[in-house]
Amino acid sequence: MNKILIIGEHEGGKLNASIAKCVKCAQAIPDGEITILVLAADGAAVAGQAAAIAGVAKVLRIDHPANAHALAAVLAPQIAAIAAPFSHVFGPSTTFGKDLMPRVAALLNAPQLSDIMAAESATRFRRPTYAGNAIVTLEVAAGTKIVATVRSASFEAAAAGGSAPIELVTATAEIPTHTRFVSVTAAKSDRPDLQSANKVVSGGRALGSAENFKIIAGLADKIGAAVGASRAAVDAGYAPNELQVGQTGKIIAPELYMAFGISGAIQHLTGIKDARTIVAINKDPEAPIFEVADLGLVGDLFVVIPEIESLLGR
Amino acid sequence: MKKLLVGIKRVVDYNVRIKVKADGSGVMLDGVKMSINPFDEIALEEALRIKERGQADEVIVATIGPADCQQQLRTALAMGADRAILVQSTSSVEPLTGARVFLELIKKEQPFAVIMGKQAIDDDNNQTGQMLAGLWGRPQATFASKIVLTDTMATVTREVDAGLETLEVDLPAVFTADLRLNEPRYVKLPEIMKAKKKPLDTLAITDLGIELQDRVRLVKAEPPAARQKGIVVKTAAELVAALKQKGLLS
Repeated sequence: MNKILIIGEHEGGKLNASIAKCVKCAQAIPDGEITILVLAADGAAVAGQAAAIAGVAKVLRIDHPANAHALAAVLAPQIAAIAAPFSHVFGPSTTFGKDLMPRVAALLNAPQLSDIMAAESATRFRRPTYAGNAIVTLEVAAGTKIVATVRSASFEAAAAGGSAPIELVTATAEIPTHTRFVSVTAAKSDRPDLQSANKVVSGGRALGSAENFKIIAGLADKIGAAVGASRAAVDAGYAPNELQVGQTGKIIAPELYMAFGISGAIQHLTGIKDARTIVAINKDPEAPIFEVADLGLVGDLFVVIPEIESLLGR
Repeated sequence: MKKLLVGIKRVVDYNVRIKVKADGSGVMLDGVKMSINPFDEIALEEALRIKERGQADEVIVATIGPADCQQQLRTALAMGADRAILVQSTSSVEPLTGARVFLELIKKEQPFAVIMGKQAIDDDNNQTGQMLAGLWGRPQATFASKIVLTDTMATVTREVDAGLETLEVDLPAVFTADLRLNEPRYVKLPEIMKAKKKPLDTLAITDLGIELQDRVRLVKAEPPAARQKGIVVKTAAELVAALKQKGLLS
């Protein structure tokens, strides 16, 4: 039997949406039993949400005051202490999982596979390399514990309707005090979350200023979309870092992705290639974004956006 | 002596268009331009700025790979690193082994911090810094966009999904650099000449008592599935009509 442990990322009492996708990935492993581990100061609510995902056999809950904030150095030794009987330890490919899982792998002396996009067996996985330009299939030697991060954009969420038992456990691990949480600043927004939104309106360097970037947010609000940005737009200070889409930003898979004034560097395209429909609006007909766009329009975004809004009667 | 250790990796240059070999054994590397991994260049720049502010005495740059990596180490020396270490290995090294190599270098050099890029743009693994911190039992501050140091501590701003997170970590610690930590300097010709005289030590990975592990095997590499060719419309009206027809806008 393959025993798969999934680390349940959460924030503000809510299980991260990527966890149901990790479960979906784990379900592709034959003869598997899926456990979700929730580490929190008080994990009651989050453990309940984890238990409600169909296909989960058990939820383990570690409550400890040190787990109030997700610090890799604090969580990793607790996870390593729990992970001994498991064949696979999965986390989401979010900044939480990317930060945490390699530290866990090091403590377990296990190799890590990052951003897995398919599990073909218990030991064979596919993942992107070179900004998604080479997809590799990897085989891990039998008997090796496998740590992995799961690429959310490659998986649907596992269904709801589960009722797994929840077990309170303690981890025998020394918890370090050398790493301390100070603060997190996040722009409060009523818009859909970029990572899980069905529609995303995104802007690039052509916007020219933070002031002009508001036209992107304006259209996004009118069609109920999240806002994204290219690296060029973030580097230039037109949009905050958490909106960056691409190889080193967020990898997203919305139903609709509308790219305004984004040229389409390889590093950006890797972040959107799982989008169902890509729309590109750019002044430059040679822009590489048109090579991947399902619908393209050569034109000035400052003209096109008001036209779209008036056509939609908004 | 306050030392900073910087890890760099030789990778296919950022601007090269990657082609997968027809036999699926990997990507084409023959005659392809190689460079310092861009995130590692940012890590090195940060170390140099820390030294220029008087908060470090020496910047040591290290890499793991074949003899050709000397080129990238020379570039790093030309940027301003004081000396370089090449840990030679002809076969590919998995991130955990790379972390073990750096742990050995730490034992030897006793740096107060290690800085490396958050990920290499070839394997996109994003693992080595975190693994090193785990093996070392020291703090990690990954995806850093700002590092403020005192004698015993660092306050680091990190780029996370929610926005910006600030951590306080005791030294020594591992930092991994994100894109907006700084903008690396350009190397000037006189520095390239000077760099030729700076020390570059070479040792074999086996000299460090590290065994290469072979637990993950490449079965095949393939290009990503191509997207279907799209259509170009002439007007915003056509665009909106097409999106309405697909049920994407209403």
